[in-house]
Amino acid sequence: MTIALYASLFMVATCGLIYELVAGTIASYLLGDTVTQFSLVIGVYLTSLGLGAWLSRFVQRGVARRFVEAEIAVAFLGGLSAPILFLAFSAPRYFPPVFFSVVVAIGTLVGLEIPLMLRLLKHAVAFNELVAQVLTFDYLGALLASVLFPLFFVPKLGLVRTSIVFGLLNAAVAFASIRLFRDRIGAARGLVVKASIVTVILLAGFILADRLTNFAEEAQYADEVVMARTSAYQRIVLTKNRAGFQLFLNGHLQFSSVDEYRYHEALVHPAFALRPRAERIAVLGGGDGLAVREILKHPSVKSITLIDLDPAMTEMARRHPLVSRLNAGSLLSPKVTVVNDDAMQWLEKGTGLFDLVFVDFPDPNNFALGKLYTTRFYSILKSRLDPEGVFAVQSTSPLFARRSFWIINETIKAAGFQTRPYHVSVPSFGEWGYVLASPAPIPVPTRLALSLRSISTTTLPSLFDFGPDMSPLPSPVNRLDNQVLVRTYESEWKKYD
Amino acid sequence: MKPSRRDALVALAGLPALVALGGAAARCGKKPARGLAFEGEIVGGSSALGHRLRTGELLARPVVRRERVSTAILGAGVSGLSAAWTLSRAGDDDFKLFELESEAGGNARSGRNAASQYPWGAHYVPVPVAPNRALETLLEQAGALVGRRPDGRPQWSETALCAEPQERLFFRGTWSEGLFPRAAASADELAQLARFEQQMRRFAAGRDETGRRLFTLPSRLSSVDPSVTGLDRISMHDWLLKNQFTAPHLRWFVEYGCRDDFGSSLKQTSAWAGIHYFAARLPGTAAREGIGEAGTHDDPDEPAPFLTWPEGNARLVSELARAAAGRIVANALVFDIEPREEGRRVLTLRYLDAARDEVVAVEAEAVVFALPKFMARGLIASWREAPPKFLEAFEYVPWLVANLTLTGRPLERGYPLSWDNVIYDSSSLGYVVATHQGGADRGPTVLTYYRPFAGEDARAARRKLESATWSEMALAALADLSTAHRDLPGLVSRIDVYRWGHAMARPAPGFFLSADRVAAGRSFRGVHFAHTDLSGLPLFEEAQDSGVRAAEAILTERARPFTSLLQT
Repeated sequence: MTIALYASLFMVATCGLIYELVAGTIASYLLGDTVTQFSLVIGVYLTSLGLGAWLSRFVQRGVARRFVEAEIAVAFLGGLSAPILFLAFSAPRYFPPVFFSVVVAIGTLVGLEIPLMLRLLKHAVAFNELVAQVLTFDYLGALLASVLFPLFFVPKLGLVRTSIVFGLLNAAVAFASIRLFRDRIGAARGLVVKASIVTVILLAGFILADRLTNFAEEAQYADEVVMARTSAYQRIVLTKNRAGFQLFLNGHLQFSSVDEYRYHEALVHPAFALRPRAERIAVLGGGDGLAVREILKHPSVKSITLIDLDPAMTEMARRHPLVSRLNAGSLLSPKVTVVNDDAMQWLEKGTGLFDLVFVDFPDPNNFALGKLYTTRFYSILKSRLDPEGVFAVQSTSPLFARRSFWIINETIKAAGFQTRPYHVSVPSFGEWGYVLASPAPIPVPTRLALSLRSISTTTLPSLFDFGPDMSPLPSPVNRLDNQVLVRTYESEWKKYD
Repeated sequence: MKPSRRDALVALAGLPALVALGGAAARCGKKPARGLAFEGEIVGGSSALGHRLRTGELLARPVVRRERVSTAILGAGVSGLSAAWTLSRAGDDDFKLFELESEAGGNARSGRNAASQYPWGAHYVPVPVAPNRALETLLEQAGALVGRRPDGRPQWSETALCAEPQERLFFRGTWSEGLFPRAAASADELAQLARFEQQMRRFAAGRDETGRRLFTLPSRLSSVDPSVTGLDRISMHDWLLKNQFTAPHLRWFVEYGCRDDFGSSLKQTSAWAGIHYFAARLPGTAAREGIGEAGTHDDPDEPAPFLTWPEGNARLVSELARAAAGRIVANALVFDIEPREEGRRVLTLRYLDAARDEVVAVEAEAVVFALPKFMARGLIASWREAPPKFLEAFEYVPWLVANLTLTGRPLERGYPLSWDNVIYDSSSLGYVVATHQGGADRGPTVLTYYRPFAGEDARAARRKLESATWSEMALAALADLSTAHRDLPGLVSRIDVYRWGHAMARPAPGFFLSADRVAAGRSFRGVHFAHTDLSGLPLFEEAQDSGVRAAEAILTERARPFTSLLQT
């Protein structure tokens, strides 16, 4: 009997710590700022444990029954904590109150358990031994939880299933306790029914976990999240693995430090090959500063204006040690002016011409982004481009989203430009496409001014050849009043998701 | 259609309950004097001034000043402004517009605040599917028509064409694209919808013996073949039944069109007008050409796209009003018209200059009466004693329009915020978003909420509307929209309301064919009539056409050379 009790104690301790880790992880995933979130969770959780311990004094009779009830409640609330918190995040305004209520409730219930357990065991074991053993198992459980949580449970099961599995373990403890203390509990029918209902709910949750969350993030970030924050415009997440680190915006990979040079060299240098003496440069989007890093390699450049909507993004590019090392502090260069504004509105209300413009927006996966790929946008851009100027647009994958790519090319042509579409291979993304465009006739570039890692003067013209599986398709023009690109893009990528 | 529980709630009769509900919803945030988290006011609608007509006291007031003008235009709405625009184009600039309100625009007026410009009424024009010289000329002047293709068809400005996403419907807790609740429709309902659309396409493609479209804009160019106009004898409700269109969602969809354009229920709308709403917007011609040629919309089976502006049709009003700059007399209550006597060249009218509280007499050679017909009885001297019977044929629907200024965007579920946002279970038409065309996806915006009093007795609804207070109307609008946006009360900083007591004439069954309608359009001793109520279709195209026609009739009378803008 004692062994079974210690086993239960061990499980209770493990589960308790797991819920704390789940809450802390979710808070730092969703709210960013890991240090603050974790210390807040630990503080609130420990206080709640104390509250639970204090409340235990009010349990006078029926200790065993109360213990089982607390166990069932922990199983339910702890087990469902991750799904509840993920769902709560869909209404961000209500997330903090829901979050702390859940943490306090679980902490209080777990805090109740240990004193109740001590009281249940006090007849069986001498007091000093009892305290020593209870605390030993408590800390051992904590050790096991803290080791297994990051190494095994999160990578294998994900947060939602982890919390449900431990809820089920709590439920198992409840069943075991009902059996162990059957003589002290008396009529156990009600407890068995309650524990069974909770078990069924948790099992259902386990099976439906994927649908419950549909929270891409959880499954997506296989690697360690080193920074996560939600800005006014998007969710910014940095993850890290052995090879390097990655930036995600709203769950979409923006770059991997391993191969981003291929992407950014291809975005920037072909345009410079056409206009090697370009002085006035604009970058639209590209708040990570990586395109600017490449642009700064050209000595002719006198000024670079970077227009990115999100100050959180450009601030991260300037200050975050990983990112600013990768972009070589590009955004701190005296040649660079950073403007946080809507690129379309900024271009429209401003004056002054640019020799080269680099358009590095996220893929057109919603109407707001789709606008930045319309004839209207390119017409406005034309009014800010030198008559001999050139711009380069990142244009999604000509392989995965073949028609989308050619729609972008067609749209730029419809706005009165000559275009030269090209592509390059970026392992993290696959085959990636760009369009070079100018109001003036432009040849396929043939000479690079700099030596690069991924492109040489010899390979440069080959970027402009498209194999049969990427060759042009008859494509409509993307306009504000049809947004045909967003619809096409969505249907094309659906095949790969 | 069976009224839902929410209909009953939002009907103004249930206002006290809503005040309580809205008050609870609006608790958060700062609280100005009235205990609500937002401010606002009743805008325009100088009905108090208008009501002075009824007492007749003005007729006894002495004339302080006398003026002379060759054409006096009464009403600076789209009809009156179009008459002025036409005269000005012909170089006949000796005209004045007399407007009761403080500014021109009529049903196409607009407002403006720090968040955006916004419409107070009419807010779009469909791209004309058949040649319409007057409209195309104006749209070119407004920068919406940017060029022509080799075959002569117009090309439209990308900024004036309604941007995507255009329309969405809130149905069973979520937003989806378009205005038909496809997800909830049974196979039979979808089949009925397809059959209905097919039928409308046939109406659009059909031509009568004289080669006319069966349904077109302006409506006077529609076929007069009895097989077409005969549809006016029955209601849209009966026509749907007769053609076995029984699916509830389809009937909702068709009624939405009737409420949208006419402020009328299916039973209150003539089948001719109801079909006109759908068929006159379908090109029904032109072969399919290469996909997506810039500025073209070639699919003959797709409804014409909309042209719209942040301030709605006030953009077109401002173009028309430029032709009348300096000749618009605002706050002018015309209360008496003495039509031309036999053998005389001039007629006389009197108006109250409300700013100075002075009565002014105007001698004019011609008058364009661009006011709703219900005012004619009080204004035209000989009609005060013996009103012609045809005036009784006109019935006017009241509307409530509210502009809700938001500090930010509501949280969304499903299809994203669109230009036109419709709530299935609402007696309103939903709302349009003023910042949509400008492309601002975030931050403050203005939602324009439209609530026609369809399906009720117009007179009773008007009384209810006139006795409602600002907070009652504002809360009714807020409560209605909050069913689809639960966080709306926390985002609203202002709600301004406009009550249109006589927003539009109703195309009731039999109205279009009636002799009364024809009689009401005939010029009367120097008074030319121009208004959408003459066709019963309260649309920009009708208003403009009626104004242009009145002006061209005057120009013809004067034997002045001009190039006609009228299509025949």
